[in-house]
Amino acid sequence: MNDSQSVISASNLDLTFQTNDGPVHALKDVNLEIHKGDFVSFIGPSGCGKTTFLRVMADLEQPTGGSVTINGVSPEEARKSRAYGYVFQAAGLYPWRTIGGNIRLPLEIMGVPRAEQDQRVKRVLDLVELSGFEKKFPWQLSGGMQQRASIARALSFDADILLMDEPFGALDEIVRDHLNEQLLKLWARTEKTIAFVTHSIPEAVYLSTKIVVMSPRPGRIADVIESPLPRERPLEIRETPEFLEIAHRVREGLRAGHGDD
Amino acid sequence: MMGWVLFAIVAWVAGLSLNVWLARQRPSRGASLAAPLVFGVTLIAVWEGVVRGFEINQVLLPAPSVIAARMATSLDILWIDFVQTVIKGALSGYIIGCGAAFLTALAIDRFPFLQRGLLPVGNFVAALPIIGMAPIMVMWFGFGWQSKAAIVVVMVFFPMLVNTVQGLQASDAMQRDLMRTYAAGYWRTLLKLRLPAAMPFVFNGLKIGTTLALIGAIVAEFFGSPVLGMGFRISTSVGQLALDLVWAEIVVAAIAGSAFYGIMALIEGRVTFWHPSQRN
Amino acid sequence: MRNIIPILTVVGLLIVIWYGAAVALNAQWARDVAARADKTLTFSELVADTWSQEKPKLPAPHQVGAELWKTTVEKKVTSKRSLIYHTWVTFSATFLGFVMGTALGTLLAVGIVFNRTMDMSVMPWVIASQTIPILAIAPMIIVVLNAVGLSGLLPKAIISMYLSFFPVVVGMVKGLRSPDQMQLDQMRTWNASGWQTFWKLRLPSSMPYFFTSLKVGVAASLVGAIVGEMPTGAVAGLGARLLAGSYYGQTVQIWSALLMAAALAAAMVGLIGLVQRLTLKRMGMA
Repeated sequence: MNDSQSVISASNLDLTFQTNDGPVHALKDVNLEIHKGDFVSFIGPSGCGKTTFLRVMADLEQPTGGSVTINGVSPEEARKSRAYGYVFQAAGLYPWRTIGGNIRLPLEIMGVPRAEQDQRVKRVLDLVELSGFEKKFPWQLSGGMQQRASIARALSFDADILLMDEPFGALDEIVRDHLNEQLLKLWARTEKTIAFVTHSIPEAVYLSTKIVVMSPRPGRIADVIESPLPRERPLEIRETPEFLEIAHRVREGLRAGHGDD
Repeated sequence: MMGWVLFAIVAWVAGLSLNVWLARQRPSRGASLAAPLVFGVTLIAVWEGVVRGFEINQVLLPAPSVIAARMATSLDILWIDFVQTVIKGALSGYIIGCGAAFLTALAIDRFPFLQRGLLPVGNFVAALPIIGMAPIMVMWFGFGWQSKAAIVVVMVFFPMLVNTVQGLQASDAMQRDLMRTYAAGYWRTLLKLRLPAAMPFVFNGLKIGTTLALIGAIVAEFFGSPVLGMGFRISTSVGQLALDLVWAEIVVAAIAGSAFYGIMALIEGRVTFWHPSQRN
Repeated sequence: MRNIIPILTVVGLLIVIWYGAAVALNAQWARDVAARADKTLTFSELVADTWSQEKPKLPAPHQVGAELWKTTVEKKVTSKRSLIYHTWVTFSATFLGFVMGTALGTLLAVGIVFNRTMDMSVMPWVIASQTIPILAIAPMIIVVLNAVGLSGLLPKAIISMYLSFFPVVVGMVKGLRSPDQMQLDQMRTWNASGWQTFWKLRLPSSMPYFFTSLKVGVAASLVGAIVGEMPTGAVAGLGARLLAGSYYGQTVQIWSALLMAAALAAAMVGLIGLVQRLTLKRMGMA
């Protein structure tokens, strides 16, 4: 087992939005520990708070109660020390920069010297199998390739934590399968801690060491499943009985959460 | 003279058929350049034919050949007027006005309260007949090119301001969030994200400004001018019924206006090469 | 409207700046007059003086207000000195030109969208037509049209038409072409004729673009009518008042005519905006 050093720790986390229609409890009393090297998926229906939780970790939203620490410090300090890379649902590449230029963007902001920038760009493009596309522009690439470039961008500054918000949601299933495989290989090579939000049960079960099932109104954790599957997983593992059992448990957890409607 | 009328009719039919034929071809760069050219040449030929054929008073509506002749003999006058109106009046006012508007937009970018109040007021002012302020500018800045530049400044300021403010709001929330995750401050985010994203809007404002600047400078001269300038020349030539010189000045104005707009469009093409409107 | 307070704040700030600027710009004259009478002015005397000069460089807001009151409410509407009379003259030319320009612009747009010949040859010239500074040749147009017997309202309306047809063409072409491929394909599956597609799909889709161009067009029309009133010593209309004021140094008259023109522009654009909101609401596009 990996060392049980806790990297992300949430305790009694609360987030209530005040809207015109009254308060919305996006997160209520969330407690969770994520350890170094974990691959944690967050799954649940719309409004269950999974994206909100990710954004709180990234210091893109402020909690209204409780606390959360990243590497032992507040999310704001973690953000300022560039402790994590964030991948959004859309690639969000700047159309006026080449792929290489886009990957360089965080490095320029962080003041990395030019020679080192070049090295890093080459390395991460290799990791996501986009070598040779450095001088192309985003609109010259397919959706899947753009999203891989966006992941490369998040990897370029060697943060230990990767926060990913439904990164493959807009892609077709074949591309998605391929990217899932690649992401696992990447995770194995780089040993990062990954928090991954998804809508897809097979994807959550395939990718993670730990699955957090969430339910809405108020947003809360319904179930935390430690996956017994080995870390090395070919795609065929999705048809084994162990896999299906975990998927069944996830589905039950989602249904229970929905039963409150 | 029936010969000329016949010429006009033949030119019209020929031009029209040529254009219809061009329209049926596969779309190509050559065809799309040729078609308006054909239309223009046809128009000029018909104009010449009609004016000569129906023996229209050349004082009232000169034929294109007469205008061309007048242009050839008056190059020095046309040049002096051009420098006075376009270079000194329009261009200086354009640079000051667009520059001031851009800086103002940046200044109020940090104050959403001011923006919410300024945008409706700015849109309102942009719709007003600013040209009416010309006599006031003459009173404040005198008869020289400075008052014309002042009018141009007022005319281009508000469209440029509104467009720049819109442009600065153009980057979407997700891209700004990304910048936040890089702990990039206000100025870094402005320089690397928001300004490039604003460029299509900024150039929209700059292009609108080119036409406004030229017209503003010329019309402002109707309200008072030293004895040179395109507006001055036009209004005095109208009084003397020397309409061929008026048309000559118009040709210069049309060329100057198109060139100014064209240069802006060219720069826009280079700076915003990435925008969908430039790629299709 | 949560924008009301910021707008009022900005407007309030502008009026304060206006009063301040009036003091600054008119101070020189006040000091010169006092110097000739061997007097020096205290600050409050200076301020009071700068706000009540007869031919100030910058009239104070209340001076303009008083002049507006005098020439609108206190004059008979038929009198040649009534600002309402002049506004009406300008408005009639603007309105006629605007209607003609909108009609011409719409017809051209329909032609350009449906006929490839027109699209390729006419559209570039429509754009080029705007490079001819029609305002600059307004004097010539008025003179030429007068010589062939057209005078008064029509020449000014023609200038207004020339200025307002362009935004309508550009806007309507964009609007008529705005339905996406999927919607056009849908029409094809129903075997709709070109005419039916126009009436049921293209025209309704172009309504937002139409109203936006109308607003730009009406403002341009107004400028055309005002400039058209200036040459040949025109005696009626807001443009004529502006010119007369500048010839005789009547600054307050200039400013009141300018404000009246601004009010006219605001009223027309506002009216179109109202029609826009009502129409689009009924069409569910608001």
